[in-house]
Amino acid sequence: MSNPISIAFKKAKEENRPALLTYTVAGDSTKKQSLNILKSISKNADILEIGFPHNTPVADGSQIQTSAYRAIKNGIKLNDIFKIVKDFRKLVKDKPIILMGYYNMIFQYGENNFLNKCKASGINGLIVVDLPWPENKVFAKKCKKKSIYFIQLLSPTTTNKRLKEIIQNSHSMNYFISMLSTTGGKLKVSPNEILKKYRKIKKLNPKKDIVIGFGITEKTIKKLKSADGLVVGSTICKEITRSLKSGQNPVTNVDRLVKKLKNKIK
Amino acid sequence: MKLKKGIPLIDQGNKLGFWGGKFGGNFVPETLKKPIEDLEILFNKLKRDKKFIKERDKYFKNWIGTPTRFIKLENLTKHVGGAQIWSKVVSDANGGAHKIYNATVHCLLAKRSGKKIICGDTGAGYAGKMLSMAAKKFGLKCKIFMGVKDIERQQPNVKAIKKNGAEVVPVYSGSQTLVDAVSECMRFWVANCDTTAMCVGSTVGPAVFVRICGWSTSQISRELKVQLINEFGSIPKKLKLYNCVGGGSSSFGFWNEFMDLNKKQCEFIGVEAGGPAKSKKHAAPLTYGSKIGILHGAAQYVNQDSDGQIEETESISAGLDYPGISPLHCFLKDTRRARYTAASDEEALSAYKLVTKFENLRPSLEPSHAFFVALKEAKRLSKDTIVVVNSCGDAYKDRGILEKRLGKKYVKSN
Repeated sequence: MSNPISIAFKKAKEENRPALLTYTVAGDSTKKQSLNILKSISKNADILEIGFPHNTPVADGSQIQTSAYRAIKNGIKLNDIFKIVKDFRKLVKDKPIILMGYYNMIFQYGENNFLNKCKASGINGLIVVDLPWPENKVFAKKCKKKSIYFIQLLSPTTTNKRLKEIIQNSHSMNYFISMLSTTGGKLKVSPNEILKKYRKIKKLNPKKDIVIGFGITEKTIKKLKSADGLVVGSTICKEITRSLKSGQNPVTNVDRLVKKLKNKIK
Repeated sequence: MKLKKGIPLIDQGNKLGFWGGKFGGNFVPETLKKPIEDLEILFNKLKRDKKFIKERDKYFKNWIGTPTRFIKLENLTKHVGGAQIWSKVVSDANGGAHKIYNATVHCLLAKRSGKKIICGDTGAGYAGKMLSMAAKKFGLKCKIFMGVKDIERQQPNVKAIKKNGAEVVPVYSGSQTLVDAVSECMRFWVANCDTTAMCVGSTVGPAVFVRICGWSTSQISRELKVQLINEFGSIPKKLKLYNCVGGGSSSFGFWNEFMDLNKKQCEFIGVEAGGPAKSKKHAAPLTYGSKIGILHGAAQYVNQDSDGQIEETESISAGLDYPGISPLHCFLKDTRRARYTAASDEEALSAYKLVTKFENLRPSLEPSHAFFVALKEAKRLSKDTIVVVNSCGDAYKDRGILEKRLGKKYVKSN
């Protein structure tokens, strides 16, 4: 049986478009609301990335930090996050879900315990921001045993030697960070340049699905549509913040935004 | 878990940068892997390079001013009536604290790597002040990240940083103290590591930063060793070295040269910030048995909740107000080479009062924590025991707090 993540990429390819990956923070701004957001955007998103918020995020910009602090302030715990995913799974069976966060929370939960919970709640992939190669070797193997993809991150600073090593040891999907930036930064390199690097990585093993993330907005998404997948995170978090500030419903606003993003890459 | 003799502690980590197999490491975003590796290669090469050591020593001597004094606190010794109480007055160093050693070395490394900008974090403002001084000296542009709460309570140092031409970037996130300043500084480095060097202000962060900082502050114990031998003819048979511990840079530097001595001959006592007596919050992860976790790229004992969220700390001393602790100290704790305890805000203030009453010395709030424990324990120690307290910072920066808590007389009379 294939991992639903791979099925999603295959389906997008058949439709001649990149897969759309959305990132939202679990529990932003409440548990119920974040579940409702996931439900509504799952119509248009191909893969849902769900962040488990940490209060000392060293790679996140202000938009995602704001979302994370909001969720933590409202009392979100890892167990609540598993519950959100489980509840979502009852309604939407086959939509791939990737959890994304920082290693300390996994470490405190216990790696095995964490993975068992992931499996039981229907999580298909994991991104751990601060557990790079080769530090993630052991954990990635554990993920594989549970048929959960451990998604490796690649960056413009990743050396060729590392790229080869990481790709070779990676599971089916990898994540290319478009530029030197925290999440939510303005795109400071041209889409062409990003795609050039992307193609170089892709060549190392064309079978691996590679998504591009960081700096992807309504404005930039179309220009990168030749990638296997594109991740939009900060733009969505920003929309939640904006909606809350102006007393509007984040669920409908985020739904509308994701639909627009999807239309741009069709 | 065991300490090895004859190998500097900073070099006792394994291939992945873990001391004792579990403290330290490099839990960093992929983007920082390469810049960290570059820095490691550069540092490993230069620390063996005689020319570089000579250059370092030249700046340490002529610019920082070495050695800092080693003095007997005669009046306090008499007043306490136990062990001999001495102090290593590291606050004599240019800028008024030990942070100058690490800042200078980082700027020298930045120059060698061709970087034009250097960024750094600061809590008490000393790391920031010293980095801005060193950056100015070596012609680097400098950016200092500082929590808004610390900007308010350490104004003299903020002014000094700005005067040196550095930019102070206020950090509004989280508890608005050192922990958030380090996070924000790391985020800035993630986004600018192609042009910018980063200086982590203590023996914390990814392994190479722990090593560079420890290597730099070890100047303190190199000097002390010579001074002890000059004074006593040899290293005393009963020696106790007291030092405050926040991130752990001054204490590590104060102890390093004596690492291989038997702890019966030379005991290390680290004093963490216990916070206000009435508060449950503290900055003493070693004393109060915090669990191991990951903070700012390294595994260490850290104040956190069961989910792994880092907990807010509270301390009168901005320099100790950090939820984690150097992996080096975790290692020293677990191998029992060092002993750790805490002093509360009030205890630190009382020690400050006592020291300034009897001696012409004004330790900042950070070393005042160490003085409290040293003075308390010295009472019960024999007269041939040599107690040395590292007075690693000057109280000038604490004027505002001291005036508020103790009254004007404690600021003016000193």
